[in-house]
Amino acid sequence: MVDAAPETAVANGIAGPAYDEPPIIEVRDLNIGYGGKAALQGVDLDIYRHEIFGIIGPANSGKTSFLRALNRMDAFNTAMEVRGSIRLNGKDINDWRNVYALRSRIGVVFPLPVGLPLTVYENVAFSPRLRGIRKKAELDEVVERCLRRAALWDEVKDRLDSLGSLLSGGQQQRLTIARALSQEPELLLLDEFSIAVDPVTTMRIEDVLKELRSEMTIVLVTNLVQQARRLADRTAFFLMGELVEIGDTEDLFEGKVTDQRTTGYIEGRFG
Amino acid sequence: MAWYVDRAAQVFVFVGGISAIVFIAGIFVFITKEGLDFVLGPLSLGEFFTSIEWRPTSNNPTYGALALIVGTASVTGFAMLLSVPLSLGAALFIAEFATGKTRETLKILVEMLAAIPSVVWGFVGMSIMHPLIIRVFDVPLGLGVLNAGLILGLMAAPIMTTIAEDALKAVPDTYREAAEALGATRWEVIVKVVVPASRNGLLAAVLLGVGRGFGETMAVLMASGHAINLPTSVFDSVRALTATIAAELGDTVQGGNHWGSLFTLGILLFIVTFVINLTADIVVRGIRKK
Amino acid sequence: MFAATPLNRRSHRNQNVARAVFFLMTVALVIPVLIIVGTLVVRGGPALSWEFLFTAPRDNMTAGGILPALVGTIWLVVVALLASVPVGVAAALYLSEYAPDNLLTRTINLAIINLAGVPSIVHALFGVGAFVYFFRFGASILAASLTLAVMTLPVVIVATRESLQAVPQAFREACWNMGATRWQTIRKVVLPNSISGILTGVILEVSRTAGETAPIMFTGATAFVAFLPESVFDQTMAMSYHLYYIATQATDVPEQLTFGVALVLIAIVLAMNAVSIAFRVYLRGLKKW
Repeated sequence: MVDAAPETAVANGIAGPAYDEPPIIEVRDLNIGYGGKAALQGVDLDIYRHEIFGIIGPANSGKTSFLRALNRMDAFNTAMEVRGSIRLNGKDINDWRNVYALRSRIGVVFPLPVGLPLTVYENVAFSPRLRGIRKKAELDEVVERCLRRAALWDEVKDRLDSLGSLLSGGQQQRLTIARALSQEPELLLLDEFSIAVDPVTTMRIEDVLKELRSEMTIVLVTNLVQQARRLADRTAFFLMGELVEIGDTEDLFEGKVTDQRTTGYIEGRFG
Repeated sequence: MAWYVDRAAQVFVFVGGISAIVFIAGIFVFITKEGLDFVLGPLSLGEFFTSIEWRPTSNNPTYGALALIVGTASVTGFAMLLSVPLSLGAALFIAEFATGKTRETLKILVEMLAAIPSVVWGFVGMSIMHPLIIRVFDVPLGLGVLNAGLILGLMAAPIMTTIAEDALKAVPDTYREAAEALGATRWEVIVKVVVPASRNGLLAAVLLGVGRGFGETMAVLMASGHAINLPTSVFDSVRALTATIAAELGDTVQGGNHWGSLFTLGILLFIVTFVINLTADIVVRGIRKK
Repeated sequence: MFAATPLNRRSHRNQNVARAVFFLMTVALVIPVLIIVGTLVVRGGPALSWEFLFTAPRDNMTAGGILPALVGTIWLVVVALLASVPVGVAAALYLSEYAPDNLLTRTINLAIINLAGVPSIVHALFGVGAFVYFFRFGASILAASLTLAVMTLPVVIVATRESLQAVPQAFREACWNMGATRWQTIRKVVLPNSISGILTGVILEVSRTAGETAPIMFTGATAFVAFLPESVFDQTMAMSYHLYYIATQATDVPEQLTFGVALVLIAIVLAMNAVSIAFRVYLRGLKKW
């Protein structure tokens, strides 16, 4: 699995994935179920630092469950059962005494955006405040930087005091991205982030994600195979709770696959 | 730091949460503690449930609670005769027929009805209903089963109406639409679909109404005439369990037999209302499972 | 082709009859409120004056005003709120934000239903046994208010729980995902967005507390004291008990005076209730998400 960095990253002059370092995420024999019904079975995979790791697959293939498990969101839903091991930086995520500290290092963006019923400013300042940042100037700086990166700043800079929960769907989606970035996470989990966002904005955010790779690791779940192709260094294909294929994105898209179902999905024959 | 605050908060709200259990258990423990000497001593269950001689202050005291039980039962029963049909009818109207402003206004008026304090109801019974009953029915006394029952019926109505309306509203609109699509009128939908589907909720509403009437104190004390009596007509005065405690506790000596006998009435009231509420809860839980 | 059959017409008539009958039943329930309030206003209204509100009763309650009873009711309500609101809000927070669906939670819910369902006179017996004698508070504002607090606890819990649960779960998950603890989530997002609903419940509780009589009869209310309460260990007059007393125990009280007391009491209670309802309607109009 230790390959050279994909050429695109090198060409952009941005540090590529650190395949020669130990992985940031090691997943072994992960099984997820809801009330006894399996959603994901026997998944083994590694994710490396500074990598954009794409996950593709049709609905109900277990992609979202996988993301939820990484952030220990099973604690929110008593029906969700997670077995197997997930290690973050070599340490099992269930061994973190303080699950809040774990979550604060992982940013999450879900397909249905949730703008908190706080002002736009406070939405983005929420996490920095949790970290203990109190100085107004410092908070201002973080808020502006994150909103700019999420391609939202120009639209909201004059109404930072309006409620985040009353922004439009697309704006709320970018607000949640800004909020995730404000955590300065080691790991950013994105689940179909572009569903509520127009194509131009999607492109802008995709460009930002490419830049962010130098600062963090990104797991990108997407229903758009071309988005995975544009962004991901490596891509995994999930189908009906099973990890079918994992490999260099370019290889998958060029047909170098071990399972023909992967090519079938990528070429749009099902899904 | 935040982690410790979180832990402390969790402990604090947990204590708040179990306080409800502590209080309900505390009520049982304290009334039992005060009533225990009497229950283990002078109480004869035979006399308590079969005699109408409630003479706790006589030189040769007797503690027959039958008249009090009958008094409570007759007033509550009469109240329910009035209140159950009216409340269920009102709930049906508010839930199934009324719309917009009418609905909101009626709901607010029902809420206002619930808000009138029981002592005001009792006062209304004494000062408005009492002369009215004397004049309308040409009877010597207007304080009795009729007066207290009417008052109690109006007092128990809001809780029944509100809970019954919730139960009716809980029937999914898809049921109604499906039945109406088959050509049923609103009335047929109500009779054949909505009422059967909300049966348990309506039953729970009636039970809670009974519990409310059974436990009412001040209004019954003031409107029932408060005379120990097995009623033979609705104009007869009666005396209720609750009213007996309210009227007599002030004149007793702490720890005495009279005192203990009143706490024993309290134990009886506690157990009966507990059973009523428990039954209503089980009935309601039945709907939720479905 | 769509001409009404006799069957159609009959069921249509049934519907109109049912509608009319149910409407009349509803009216039969709500008319008494208007009659009662109307009668109290007409017969008690003339008693109202500044002197009535701001002086003490005189001449064996047959003249004078209601000041000590008004002040006493305020004491009772305030002390009862101080005791029940923190406990009730904590209980609602536990049930809404922490409690797993287990036997303990079901027991707590059952206990709340029963606290609301136990007759007020049984609460009074509990208050006498527990607060007056066991904790040795004596007959006092403290004992009476604590009795009222236990009795009205379910009102706060139920109202608070409802307004907490009206805050969408997605907001909590969004906070947790940023690493906020449960408490931080509650403090920064859940409580600020439910505080007005909680306040509505508290106002409703004030209305309940102010009108209760049985629970305070033996725990702290008294027929007459010449002075206003100075501490929670004093006995006090109260509006509800005052009405009971002058309506049933005192002699030669002018009718107008009794009606005046009833009018003031019901005005306090219904006003608080109306405020609570108006507040709720106003909140429904506020859109925050």
